[in-house]
Amino acid sequence: MITFESVSKRYPDGTEAVAELSLEAPDSAITVLVGPSGCGKTTTLRMTNRLVEPTGGRILIDGEDIRQRPVAQLRRGIGYVIQQAGLFPHRTVAENISTVPRLLGKDRRSARKRSLELMELVGLDLGFAERYPHQLSGGQQQRVGVARALAADPAILLMDEPFSAVDPIVRKSLQEQFLQIQAEVGKTILFVTHDIDEAIRIGDRIAVLRKGGHLAQFAAPRELLERPADGFVEEFLGLDRGVRRLTFISSNGLNLRTDALVKKGVEPEAGQLELPWLLQVDEAGAPIGWLDPRRPDTAPIPIGHPFLAQNDSLRAALDAAVLCPTGWAVGVDEEGRAVGVVSQEEIAVAIREAHRASLEAV
Amino acid sequence: MSGALVHTGVFDMPSYVQSSFLGLIRTQLEVSLGATLAGLVIALPIGQLCSRLPRIYPATLGLVTIIYSIPSIALFVLLIDYTGESETTVFIPLTLYTLAILVPGVVDGIRSVPPNVLDAADGMGYGRMRRYLTVELPIALPTLMAAVRVAAVSSLSLMSIGSTIGNYGGLGDLFLLGLKFFDNSLIWVGLISLLVLSVFCDILLRGVQRLLTPWARSLRSVG
Repeated sequence: MITFESVSKRYPDGTEAVAELSLEAPDSAITVLVGPSGCGKTTTLRMTNRLVEPTGGRILIDGEDIRQRPVAQLRRGIGYVIQQAGLFPHRTVAENISTVPRLLGKDRRSARKRSLELMELVGLDLGFAERYPHQLSGGQQQRVGVARALAADPAILLMDEPFSAVDPIVRKSLQEQFLQIQAEVGKTILFVTHDIDEAIRIGDRIAVLRKGGHLAQFAAPRELLERPADGFVEEFLGLDRGVRRLTFISSNGLNLRTDALVKKGVEPEAGQLELPWLLQVDEAGAPIGWLDPRRPDTAPIPIGHPFLAQNDSLRAALDAAVLCPTGWAVGVDEEGRAVGVVSQEEIAVAIREAHRASLEAV
Repeated sequence: MSGALVHTGVFDMPSYVQSSFLGLIRTQLEVSLGATLAGLVIALPIGQLCSRLPRIYPATLGLVTIIYSIPSIALFVLLIDYTGESETTVFIPLTLYTLAILVPGVVDGIRSVPPNVLDAADGMGYGRMRRYLTVELPIALPTLMAAVRVAAVSSLSLMSIGSTIGNYGGLGDLFLLGLKFFDNSLIWVGLISLLVLSVFCDILLRGVQRLLTPWARSLRSVG
């Protein structure tokens, strides 16, 4: 656990980077520091491994003041991942990952063995071990950065905008993989980002900071979206906060209707002809497209994308429905077989119900 | 009888050259490469200081450039009272001249280290000295070695002037002697040998650089 006790950082010229910040980053969880530029999030992170010294308050790791330990020892016990990775250009991938174990006096052979393990963990081809960083893509470099931070198996990881220098598609896959790794290693992570979407996607707890280093709100992502503390947080969350909140509500509660499914080559039953749309499925049950029962000769309308009936959120279901010209969303199972369909109107009802339930829960 | 008739082989020196051809080459290499090395030893801390305190860099750069512009004859005259007619009298100006190339070389090299690499090194618990020796210096090396190569070749050529205070110009001695004894072939032998030696030294230093920076090899082929 990392504890910030009224931590402040004021520079000699009078600028206040962080003001009286009190925060607790719980064990084995990802605590995200998010805010606009100049909110002191990076300063806060860098005070944790003493790259910046606070001018007031104190920082504790598991109850111990971080100033108790020699600074090099403190830093070698904390994983550090930064933007664009900051890999050593003159060392191979395997050597880069071995950095901290070697600093701690591990012999070359065991450090190398460890780096190969970590390459596997972060999903890097072992063939990259002898390459130099510049021979890797940005996403691969960042994986090496994460592997390097994990090499000495520190309890704490500090991550400063680690995924912001890669393109959105790579970023999303890095985020997903990072969450998988975290599920495996369970580190106590402090993660800085300016991207609220990233914060919500990966954070267990989110600290929203405002300019001058004031803590605006510290809450779980869902709570943040449902109950922003003030106008600043609300504005920072953006205009689609309502829709984004649906990410945290399961689509389980939706009533999927199965009577609109019709196998290809099979005549619709009389009752089905009353429905506005019929979903044509193939032999295996995978959706093909929408049919208008009144115009049976026209080609099926593509469904856009389906949602996973058991696992996806209401947001995915709503998006599927909004995307499709028919206004209906197709729920599928893990194998891609259509389970049933649901209309925008029915999803809207489910959203209202979920909203009411969360209001009652307060 | 002209000197040209006395010696038959190209590299057999006439009697008035007091050193053998190989002896000249040895002096040439010793003094000019020694001066480059000494210059590097001086330039490293100066360059490091300048990259730490960027404000003193323009003044330092001005100073080494002014030193470079002092005519070597003037320096010889100044030094000869202290060091006499010796290799040292040639060695000291040559060393000072390399600073004009090596100090900016060191500074550019250190500046070529990406800031986020230094940040990562600090964050992982590197000490100052270890960071300098194992991170900054190796990454600065390609830029630094380029400057060392220029300094070495320039010293090789500048050294000729050492012949004016006696026989301390290495192969350059041949120029003055050739002039004195009306023997053009001596001048040609000196010039061509010096050229070949310079090219050879540059290739050798390039080789050293390649050995020391295997990572930069693929960098060049990529970018």
